[in-house]
Amino acid sequence: MNTNENKSTEALIQVRGLKKHFKELNALNGIDIDIHQGDVVFVVGPSGSGKSTFLRCLNLLEEPTEGTILFEGTDITDSKTNINIHRQKMGMVFQQFNLFPHMTILKNLTIGPMKLQKKSFEEAKAEAMRLLERVGLADRANAYPNQLSGGQKQRIAIVRALCMKPDVMLFDEPTSALDPEMVGEVLSVMRDLAEEKMTMVVVTHEMAFAKEVASRVIFMDGGVILEEAAPEEFFENPKTERLQSFLAKVL
Amino acid sequence: MNFLSVIWDKILLFFLGIGDSFYLNFIKDNRWEYIVKGLGVTLEVTFFAVIVGILLGFIVAIIRSTHDKTGKLKFLNFICNLYLTVIRGTPVVVQLLIIYFVIFGSVRIDKVVVAVIAFGINSGAYVAEIVRSGIMSIDKGQFEAGRSLGFNYIQTMVYVILPQALKNVLPALGNEFIVLLKETSVAGYIALQDLTKAGDIIRSETYSPLMPLLAVAVIYLSVVMLLSFLIKKLERRLRNSEH
Ligand SMILES: Nc1ncnc2c1ncn2[C@@H]1O[C@H](COP(=O)(O)OP(=O)(O)OP(=O)(O)O)[C@@H](O)[C@H]1O
Ligand SMILES: [Mg+2]
Repeated sequence: MNTNENKSTEALIQVRGLKKHFKELNALNGIDIDIHQGDVVFVVGPSGSGKSTFLRCLNLLEEPTEGTILFEGTDITDSKTNINIHRQKMGMVFQQFNLFPHMTILKNLTIGPMKLQKKSFEEAKAEAMRLLERVGLADRANAYPNQLSGGQKQRIAIVRALCMKPDVMLFDEPTSALDPEMVGEVLSVMRDLAEEKMTMVVVTHEMAFAKEVASRVIFMDGGVILEEAAPEEFFENPKTERLQSFLAKVL
Repeated sequence: MNFLSVIWDKILLFFLGIGDSFYLNFIKDNRWEYIVKGLGVTLEVTFFAVIVGILLGFIVAIIRSTHDKTGKLKFLNFICNLYLTVIRGTPVVVQLLIIYFVIFGSVRIDKVVVAVIAFGINSGAYVAEIVRSGIMSIDKGQFEAGRSLGFNYIQTMVYVILPQALKNVLPALGNEFIVLLKETSVAGYIALQDLTKAGDIIRSETYSPLMPLLAVAVIYLSVVMLLSFLIKKLERRLRNSEH
């Protein structure tokens, strides 16, 4: 996927004053951020700081309480916007994979493009096989999800999102449910994506990976963005005391 | 030992008279036709009532679980709850009588149709709760994965949730249909000549209750066993497709 020059001036995703309240609990207390084409934004922070909630608000899996989210110039928080159209352009990868267990891998990968983008089976299959090849799982096309390891499932989940040809990929702790020896294979797929300039928003606890791949790192705490910087700056020279003590704990 | 010897005499008489009794109850005056026609009616009513029950049950289940998940459809959910409470809180015979004598009291209508409507509406309530429990048992991550691909609510239900939910509740659904088959035996209350009624008619004509009622019981049992077998087979097929 190539960078689209005339779009790069305007942010792909513009978040303004984003708040999310669960009953009494304020999970997000005003988030402002611009995410540009090709950005690889890593989101880190302590448990319960609102990282997942922020990510899930971006494709409206959580409905924001307040604020606006412009995606490719459209306010997706507007109730008149058909969110289903825009979600096709935002791939999401979950901690628990969430593959469809009653479908083969190939069906998992082709059902979206076929039902939503009116692609023929041949077309959808060709694209799915091409991507499966790239993550080294072409031989598992006819397997069912339960026959795969965690690392394989997560690579398939990434491919499922990619089959929709998204403009941005959202990852919520994609390696947290994996056995340690399987983390690498998933990170390597994500690294490739970042190198191809896929726009990515990644919530993770893998600090070394963030340092290596991120174009920007964001520190969330108490439902706000406390600090934001390029990775070297973020990890070598943290400004706020909260981030300093967070990094001291996790590094 | 007087009691036992009476029973023994009865058994002896039964076996001695088995040929005569068979002739009297089934062959004479072509009485077997009652049984065959009755079985036909029972199967017909059950089959169409199952279809009505599935349709109703799925609609109610989807409305109720949509309400549970999103808080929407308050009014429809209220109607569904009312339906479930009334149907599950009253005997099926009473429902059948009300539908026949009250609702269709002044119109001429085929009794089979009345029975299909009554048993279908009744079964729908049980199917609804079975299917709803199936929908609610599916991990919410499945729903989110469907929605995040861009499927709308209905598409996510149809492609992702219902196939999994259905597989989980297939044994319970199969059981419900077996229960329904047996429950249609009260159709005689509206003078519909189903299998049970057929046995009863023969009994009242021949004054020998054992043979016709036993035959009816054996036929019900055979159909139920056949159904159980088919459902088991279907279950196994579905399970194998997933590993
Ligand atoms: N559906 C919900 N209902 C009520 N409260 C919620 C809900 N989802 C999240 N919260 C609360 O909102 C806060 C932020 O949660 P969130 O999951 O966004 O944190 P997080 O930064 O992703 O944490 P973790 O690192 O543990 O995943 C937490 O206090 C959490 O308990
Ligand atoms: Mg989280």
